[in-house]
Amino acid sequence: MDLFVERVEDYRATVTRCAATDAAAVIGSVLGAGLPAGSKVVVPPDLPWEVVDGVVDSGLSATELDCFAAVVTSATVAIAETGTIVLTHGAGQGRRAITLVPDMHVCVVRADQVVADVPDAFALLDPVRPHTWISGPSATSDIELSRVEGVHGPRTLHVVLLT
Amino acid sequence: MTTTFVGMPPFPSAARTALADTQLRTNLAHATGTIRAKRTAVVAEIDDWEELRLAGAAIKDNALMHLGSHLVRLETALAERGATVHWARDAAEACAVVSTVARSHGVDEVVKVKSMATAEIGLNEALAAQGIAAWETDLAELIVQLGDDLPSHILVPAIHRNRAEIRDIFASAMGEVGRAAPDDLTDDPSRLAEAARLHLREKFLRARVAVSGANFAVAETGTLVVVESEGNGRMCLTLPQVLVSVVGIEKVVPTWSDLDVFLQLLPRSSTGERMNPYTSTWTGVTPGDGPQEVHVVLLDNGRTRALADTVGRQALRCIRCSACLNVCPVYERTGGHAYGSVYPGPIGAILNPLLTGVGVDEQTDSLPYASTLCGACFDACPVRIDIPSVLVDLRAQVIDAHRSAPGHRHVPNAEALAMRAVSWVLSSGARLGLAERGTGLLGRASTLLGQRTSPGVAVRWPGCLALGRRGRMRATCPLRRPSRSGAGGGAPPAAAPRQVGRERSFGHPGSHRGSAVIGRPVAGACPTVVPVLA
Repeated sequence: MDLFVERVEDYRATVTRCAATDAAAVIGSVLGAGLPAGSKVVVPPDLPWEVVDGVVDSGLSATELDCFAAVVTSATVAIAETGTIVLTHGAGQGRRAITLVPDMHVCVVRADQVVADVPDAFALLDPVRPHTWISGPSATSDIELSRVEGVHGPRTLHVVLLT
Repeated sequence: MTTTFVGMPPFPSAARTALADTQLRTNLAHATGTIRAKRTAVVAEIDDWEELRLAGAAIKDNALMHLGSHLVRLETALAERGATVHWARDAAEACAVVSTVARSHGVDEVVKVKSMATAEIGLNEALAAQGIAAWETDLAELIVQLGDDLPSHILVPAIHRNRAEIRDIFASAMGEVGRAAPDDLTDDPSRLAEAARLHLREKFLRARVAVSGANFAVAETGTLVVVESEGNGRMCLTLPQVLVSVVGIEKVVPTWSDLDVFLQLLPRSSTGERMNPYTSTWTGVTPGDGPQEVHVVLLDNGRTRALADTVGRQALRCIRCSACLNVCPVYERTGGHAYGSVYPGPIGAILNPLLTGVGVDEQTDSLPYASTLCGACFDACPVRIDIPSVLVDLRAQVIDAHRSAPGHRHVPNAEALAMRAVSWVLSSGARLGLAERGTGLLGRASTLLGQRTSPGVAVRWPGCLALGRRGRMRATCPLRRPSRSGAGGGAPPAAAPRQVGRERSFGHPGSHRGSAVIGRPVAGACPTVVPVLA
């Protein structure tokens, strides 16, 4: 668990640990601290935690999604060795587009979803589902091969780890 | 079909020009030095890196040995999941498929994920001829496109540009094709990345058709994989309603679980990261999520020619990480343009002649000589492509081709004989050992190559391997080269402490000879050359 947190933070993402019972409150405070007042937040239809003023995705167009500042989802698997979270876009995770267009992604990971390494993750994943493996915020190494965070995907990744 | 840039001079001439460009050399030394240090650090974190390399090579070799059946299986799986599969023998056929799909939707633009296959076939130019703009969305590809430039690196096509040059390109060219760069744009990389975000966002939001390649294609499931960093790939793979993916036939891996090896090897070798920011996988059409019309173009374009080359076919293992470029002393000094191809560096020096054949044009024939044979590329290669051995073999082929050309004397010259001899020696560990103890040309050449060769573990075509965690080798391969000490076939690798859990076996009983035959035509699509191994 500590390795997962260390590796996620190494990508300049933020991790907040909390008890499962505090998840909704922590999500609220993360959004409140990270967004200007009045920012819109989209959530998948079946997110297990309440997000105050969250707009449930009902097939929003890409242009409509572009008006949202943040998205809150769960995950399927997390990989400690590489600091990766894996979405398979089922319950609590929503369509691929909703975790892509908004600039901030708050991803809630349960402790029991964290596996040691990449082979462990593959053993748990269904290839028929679409996957998005996320290791930190959007980044590029295309300018002089130095890593810079923040291109087209969410520029802020905040992982809420339920311990 | 060509993989090289039109009008490029042979490597020695192009290299001479490049070497005179001090700015280029400064940019390259800085960039390759940065990535080398990062790669070294993250590779050192993996204690069984060598086993991973062996596993990656073995999986790819196995896939290539049974390529025909894997491709048919891939086609079936894709079709079952709602994708339309097209077969393309060459660049023209592949470009025609993409433009036909685009025109069928009445679009005049497509957004593109960075893709070596589409660069190789000249897709952007072909679409432009049909009145369709192809917007590159990878940052480095965008820099190249806006600068009306040529790519010079597999991973970072604009590696030859520094931040100040990129700032000037963005400031002058973005406004001509879309949202202009901010007036106060600086050369701070984060500001440059932001400018690209703003410029491309409107294109992502309105695009109806996207074009991608794929890093891997899983035969058993029909799953395609794109590995990227910026999120431009996710934008293209997710937002448009139509997706066309051009996939080289060598990208196939047999099973879903094979991917775990490559998703460990590729990011660390490529960008020097434990994992790249984004990896997307998709299997045909997912109702209600992402593109609802999915096309996959399976591209030959010389790959079956390469497969028929018993020495060179290992180049088809390449996963386009570009680690060999970053460690190459020749590439670091000349840059990528001197190679005259979208595939520069050591891998380009073998891949281009393998795809197009030797004796066709002077520029391609010059590439196998663009190397010191130092072996750094082999050491860095995550799938253990023995680039120096292939270079030497190709040099012999080039000499043979020129010797048999009309008007040429039909007596082998000293160079041809030397290359043949070196090639013969390198094809056998035992001969290599003998030669190393010898003197003269053979002794020197083999010693040079022996610095990077580990004959005791080198596996060309696996006989029977069982892989555990991380794809660890569990059994000796009957085709292992003998070691130089004479312990031919050697003892099995030391028992791996973490050999638990998932195992899989594969192998083939066949010979090493390859050939290519015309495969079955697919209903509604182009017939293609499907390789089989006799």
